[in-house]
Order: sequence, then C-alpha cells, then structure tokens
Amino acid sequence: MKRTLPLLIAAVTGFVLIGAHFVPYTQSWGEEAMIWFDILAAIAFILGGANLVRLNLQKISDRRAGWGYAAVTVIAFFLTLVVGMAKMGVHPSAQFPQFAWSGDYVQEGSSFWFIYQYAFYPLGATMFALLACFIASAAFRAFRAKNTEAIILLSTAFIVLVGRTYAGTALTGWMPEALQFDNLTGTIMNVFNLAGNRAITIGIGLGVVSLSLKILLGVDRSYLGTEE
Amino acid sequence: MNLTEFFRNLDRRWIFLLMLLSILIPLLFGLRFPESPSPMVLNVRSAIEELPEGSDVLMAWDFDPASRGELSPMAAAFVRHCAYKKHKLYFLTLWATGGPLIQESIDILNREFPGYEYGRDYVNLGFRPGGEGVIKVVVGDLKKLFANDVDGTSLDELALTRNLKNIRQMDLIVNVSAGYPGTKEWVLYAATPYDLEIVGGTTGVSAPSLYPYIPGQLTGLLAAIKAAAEYEQAVIDLYPALMENDTAQEGLRRMGPQLLAHMLVILLIVAGNVIYFWERRKGVAS
Repeated sequence: MKRTLPLLIAAVTGFVLIGAHFVPYTQSWGEEAMIWFDILAAIAFILGGANLVRLNLQKISDRRAGWGYAAVTVIAFFLTLVVGMAKMGVHPSAQFPQFAWSGDYVQEGSSFWFIYQYAFYPLGATMFALLACFIASAAFRAFRAKNTEAIILLSTAFIVLVGRTYAGTALTGWMPEALQFDNLTGTIMNVFNLAGNRAITIGIGLGVVSLSLKILLGVDRSYLGTEE
Repeated sequence: MNLTEFFRNLDRRWIFLLMLLSILIPLLFGLRFPESPSPMVLNVRSAIEELPEGSDVLMAWDFDPASRGELSPMAAAFVRHCAYKKHKLYFLTLWATGGPLIQESIDILNREFPGYEYGRDYVNLGFRPGGEGVIKVVVGDLKKLFANDVDGTSLDELALTRNLKNIRQMDLIVNVSAGYPGTKEWVLYAATPYDLEIVGGTTGVSAPSLYPYIPGQLTGLLAAIKAAAEYEQAVIDLYPALMENDTAQEGLRRMGPQLLAHMLVILLIVAGNVIYFWERRKGVAS
C-alpha cells in the first residue's frame, strides 16, 4: 500500500496531464491536477522548513563542526518566520483598513521588509559577487593551454570576454565586420553554442519522455526511495 | 625566490584585491563607454515598440537579490519602455524572494510616470508557489490561482483585471529570470503551446541554454549586463528624455567595471599560462 498508492497517484496524474494536452474536453482536468500540484508545492515549503530546522537542531545538539552556523541558521529562520507571519510593522491595506493584517507582508517599512532589504538582499548579492573573485583566481591557476581542446576553449573565452565589452569594438573595429570580436561573439553564441545546446536539449527531451513513461508505467520506482 | 616562483605561490587575496579595484575604479571615476544595440537587442525592443499603445503585457520577474545586480537594469528598462508605450502591466513572480523586486519596478512607475494608476494601468499579482505548475494553470484560468492582488484586493474589483480570464489574453510576455523557474518554463508551458509572443532577459550563465528557442519560440533575449546596457541605449535612442535620467542608465554604468574585470581575467589567464610554459620549458612543472 505504501508503494502502490503513490505509484497510482503518479500514474493517474501523469496520464490525466498527458490527456489534457491532447484532448480539449479533458483540459479542465489537467488544470485541476495542476492546482493540486501548486497546493502541494506550497506545503513543500512547510516540509522544507521543518527539515531545515530538524537537521540544524541535530547538528547543534551533537556539537558537530560548524554547529555555531547551524544556530545562526535556526535563529534567523524563526526570526524571519515570526516577523513575516505576524506581519510586524505592516499597515492595513487601503482596501481593508479595518483589518490590521490586510497589508502585504513585504510592505515597505515593515519588519520583514527590513530583514529582506538589509540582511537577505546584501547577503545574497555578496554571495553572487564573490564569484567574480573565484573566477579571477581560477583564471590564474587553472586555465592552461595544455592541449588542443584547452586552446580552443581559451580562444573562445578570450573572444567572448573581449567581445562582451566595449574593448571588442575598440580593439577590433578596424577588422572586417565578421571578424570584429563583438560580431564573433554573436557567431559563437548563435552558431556553435546554439548547435551544441540544441543537441543537448533534444537529447534531454528524449530522455525525459522515456523516463516519464517508465515512471508513469511503474517501471522506474526509484523516486519512491528504498523500502527502509 | 625567483619571479615565477613568486607568481606560482601568489596569495589569492592579491587577486581578489585586483578584482575589487577593477570594479571600484571605473565606478568611482564614472567610466562609461558607448554601446550600440545588437540585432538581438533590437528584436526585443521592436517586440515592445511595435505593440499598439495600451497593449497588455505580462511582466514575469523570476529572480532574486543574488542576481539583481545583473538583472535589475534590464527589468527597469523593460518597465520604462512599456510605460512610454502606455502598455498595461501585469506583474507576477514565481520566485518566493521576487516580490520586493516587483515593488522596485512599481516604484519606477510611481516616481517617473505619475499618470500610471494602480488597478487601471498596472497590477501586482505577487508570488505563487509551484513553478511551471503556476504557468500551466494561469494559461487556462488566472483567477484560480490569483484571485487577489498582493494587497488582497479581488481581481474582480480592479478595472484592469475584471475581464481578465487568463494570460492568453496578453499581447506579450516579458520575463526576466535568473534560472528555474524562468524563461525556459514560460516558453515551454505558455508561449509555445498557445502561440504567445515572449521576450526574455537572463543572466549570462543562463543565456546559452535559451538560444535554441530563438526566434521561433522566443522572440528575443537580453543576455547579461552587456545586453541590458545595449537595451538601455536602444530605448534612449527612441526616448531621448531618458538621457537626463541617471537611474535609467544603470546597465551602461555597469559596463565600465565589466570591461576592466574582463580585462583582468584575460590578463590573469595569460599570466598563468606564461608562467606554466616558462616552468615547463625549464622542466619545473610536472
């Protein structure tokens, strides 16, 4: 039962969605199934949150390496959750002034907005910006023209890096139009990259069809996990 | 210690410092370069420009603060361009952290286009979880998932959305995305099956995987800050009043640091290879 029921749910939902795509009469069934999916996706947030708390509390309780970071994670999680759920500092919306909680939870000036704007926002941007430093370090230590493939890769990187800035126009503006780096970058993206990506996409598409059929027919049950 | 040994053992913090300087110096000195829009950028501009005034445009902002540096200039440029054309704008996001980024776009409308009225000219539908699941529902019946706007106002009470059944009524989808769910999902589940026109803006790393959809399924794509700068220039060419607006030239401003940072990366690759071959010639490298 533990395995049969999920298998049945997956198969029925999958075939309903396939049918809804091809048979106009059943289109509303597909929409209904997708709404269930969206509700489940919302519930997944609760599941994800609970899992995050459980794992981090375990780490703190076992005093494993880095447990201090886990404590910060748990505190930040609950702080954000409470502030957001309680809509602290949120003014009622103009539409429903009589209801204190009617405003948007990320309303400007609210406590949640403050956390988003002054903690989440700079931290997220910092993480992304750090990539520039690591790419620079990797460029110096790892990109070596050791063989033909590496030389092709480096030459392409050189053209794209230059072509993606004004330097492409300034340094190669005197060359025939097709050889100017900004145009060459376009050619690399529109021809070589396109061909490679299209092949990968078609391959993935065929793989998805085959794997989906195996899942819907119950041949592949790996997504259900092990019996343990 | 000889020179090659010094470079081989160079503390990577020196490289980080160089990267910081290459970004900081052009920003401090306001280093700017002229940009000429590529054909791809002009396609994106045409898709918005050639719509009749007051067309319905879905603005799907699927990104978060991490990629804001790269994507917010193009999101802002899309908003300004659409506002100049007096299009009706419907904002939504499939990213839980995308809500405040929609508010940034709405702030632009409030600040620079005072004639734009909420509920009549634009609406903020906010976030719904479910990724492509949301797309598959809103192409059939928008109000099944978005019964209210972000403030809880029923869409039936807003003039703009009262008669809106689904997003198939949109004349154009504009999607700015930093990954999944994003442009690819809007192309696969909305634009292609229902023959809707879509243009996108993505981060540099996401762009290569979207090229196969151009131009049949995706009219045009702005890839990274370079395309954002070109698009800003393309919109300024049409609406020169934007030249007076510094905030409308964020992409153009960020091309200075991009140029120097790219040059630094190239220099580091060259330096790394020179050292490598020098040492190999001397038989030091393994």
